[in-house]
Amino acid sequence: MTDARTNSEDYLRMYRQMVRIRTFEDNANQLYLSAKMPGLTHMYSGEEAVAVGICEALTDSDRITSTHRGHGHCVAKGAEFREMFCELLGKAEGYCRGKGGSMHIADQSHGNLGANAIVGGSMGIATGSALRAKLAGSDDVTVCFFGDGATAQGLWYEVMNMAALWKLPVIYACENNGYSEYTKTEEIAAGSITARAEAFGIEAHRVDGQDVLAVNALARDLVARARRGEGPFFVELETYRYHGHHVGDINREYYRSKEEERDWKENRDPILRFRGWLVAEGIAAEAELEAMTAEIAEDAAAAVAYAEAAAYPPAHEVDMHVFAD
Amino acid sequence: MREITLSRAVNEAIAEEMRRDPRVFLMGEDVAEAGTPFKVLSGLVEEFGPERVLDTPISEPGFVGLAVGAAMTGARPVVDLMFGDFLYLVMDQLCNQAAKQHYMSGGKLTVPMVLRTNLGATRRSAAQHSQSLQALVAHIPGLKVAMPSSAYEAKGLMKTAIRDENPVVIFEDKLMYQDKAPVPEAEYLIPFGAAHIKRPGRDVTLIATSSMVQVAEAAAGTLAHEGIEAEVVDPRTLVPLDEATLLESVKRTSRAIVIDEGHQSYGVTAEIASRLTEKAFYHLDAPVVRMGAMDVPVPFSPALEDLTVPTPGGVVETARRLCAGELIHAA
Ligand SMILES: Cc1ncc(C[n+]2csc(CCOP(=O)(O)OP(=O)(O)O)c2C)c(N)n1
Ligand SMILES: [Mg+2]
Repeated sequence: MTDARTNSEDYLRMYRQMVRIRTFEDNANQLYLSAKMPGLTHMYSGEEAVAVGICEALTDSDRITSTHRGHGHCVAKGAEFREMFCELLGKAEGYCRGKGGSMHIADQSHGNLGANAIVGGSMGIATGSALRAKLAGSDDVTVCFFGDGATAQGLWYEVMNMAALWKLPVIYACENNGYSEYTKTEEIAAGSITARAEAFGIEAHRVDGQDVLAVNALARDLVARARRGEGPFFVELETYRYHGHHVGDINREYYRSKEEERDWKENRDPILRFRGWLVAEGIAAEAELEAMTAEIAEDAAAAVAYAEAAAYPPAHEVDMHVFAD
Repeated sequence: MREITLSRAVNEAIAEEMRRDPRVFLMGEDVAEAGTPFKVLSGLVEEFGPERVLDTPISEPGFVGLAVGAAMTGARPVVDLMFGDFLYLVMDQLCNQAAKQHYMSGGKLTVPMVLRTNLGATRRSAAQHSQSLQALVAHIPGLKVAMPSSAYEAKGLMKTAIRDENPVVIFEDKLMYQDKAPVPEAEYLIPFGAAHIKRPGRDVTLIATSSMVQVAEAAAGTLAHEGIEAEVVDPRTLVPLDEATLLESVKRTSRAIVIDEGHQSYGVTAEIASRLTEKAFYHLDAPVVRMGAMDVPVPFSPALEDLTVPTPGGVVETARRLCAGELIHAA
């Protein structure tokens, strides 16, 4: 793996964040399976190195826009379990007072401008955030997360064009997990995805999205350069989702084989790989990482219990927040 | 008082707000040196520079999306959408993104942006450059809609829109850009949700929006010669709607005609008529009549196009019959 030029503390924080995402998702899945969560949700499990590698290169004043598969981005950008589980269960103490839910979770305090249930729907928002930074002369950077499926949306080409013309501090991060819903990427994407960005004169990269250090090293470099006005950039991250498209997508052999899933989980898991590296490099002992995982599991269990017991928003909030005062 | 064109009034409003607040910026197609095809924004790039008056590519969803993101993070964009007909292209950014951010985030995110666009037929521009689509926007919770009826309203409503914390769509009638009206030199704002009684009357209330206010006023002038005193009320904003003033007027006159240039079916006239009927039923002596544009795509031929929009003659005829009790069952 590439050296991200960080210290042990940074490495351990990255590891912790990846485990927090996996743990969050395992709990969310459980809430769905036990019929405690209203609606459906999209699991980020398997893609942790993408969100963490990138968000660890950002500060709170940097912004991100997220997707329908957004829990990972939210955690990686600094959100708390409690407010997140409350939001997933539609409770008043959720990040959005229960009005957004899984697909609209936003955490303004850490610069997460929100998940989006329209595929590609936040590409304009991210680019506009970068335009605002440029106009205001501030040096924050915006990262726009989206999936391989979203590259089929025309909006992306419109906003990349403007971002390139105006040299905006935005990084387009395409999480290529090989599928959009139940369709393989090669069936919906002609030619090369990086070449599409390059056509606008945008520097484009491809990186192993299961290697958190490689992702982080690239992200640090691009974020620093975007801050200096060298943006925009495009990154395609090769990754994989472990669950179905959403939690209800259980029988999926008609579009994806069990062998393929097993191969990614056993041989390329971003957490296992990073853990092996941390131990081999002597940065942490197995027992230490075990303890960290156990502590995160306890945190999550406590947050879930809290959220389950928490109150729903009172009825009078239904027509609150339609307009800002 | 000096008289200026509606175009000049819009220009002054934006310039004043850009001088007052450095977060305000303009973007759209040909807004800079060209000052838009209607020349409404001429001179602004010279004063504020190309950083604050941005010429965009022809990418309506793209630049409206940029405005949403810029607004969510602290800027105050004023976006120029060259023709109201292009609203269909930006519906996702406007209705799924801008309109809902505040609500979906439980009040944490705001989108203080203005989308300037236009409405109005009879410019011989045919079906894709003549539509009046305000009902589409007014239907979506989270969006405000302003409909200036003269240069005076255009300036005061634009300034209020730019200071509003919400996404606001302003529809200017593209045939009125050269119309002059008295506009004070001193600064003023027109609050949203405050209807204006343009002409008092006791026999019938003509509720009219945008350029239909002129149509209603012309009709009221003719009706006055026949002894029918029509009251002309301009709601000025559809969202928020000053229901109280409209109801108060209708309760006095006991008859109402609602006139708007959008298609009549499922439109602005239907919404207002329905509210009046629900809330002033016992005060009415006749059904509330809707006068919108015909439910046809706007035709090119002048011979046909002129038939599709409400006219003073049509309003006079309807008001006459309404006051004579002829429309009680026929409306
Ligand atoms: C505009 C739009 N079209 C279709 C959908 C339905 N939909 C939700 S997620 C999805 C697949 C998205 O695939 P991708 O962008 O690769 O993201 P992934 O789910 O793989 O993370 C689709 C088609 C939608 N939400 N929005
Ligand atoms: Mg995908």
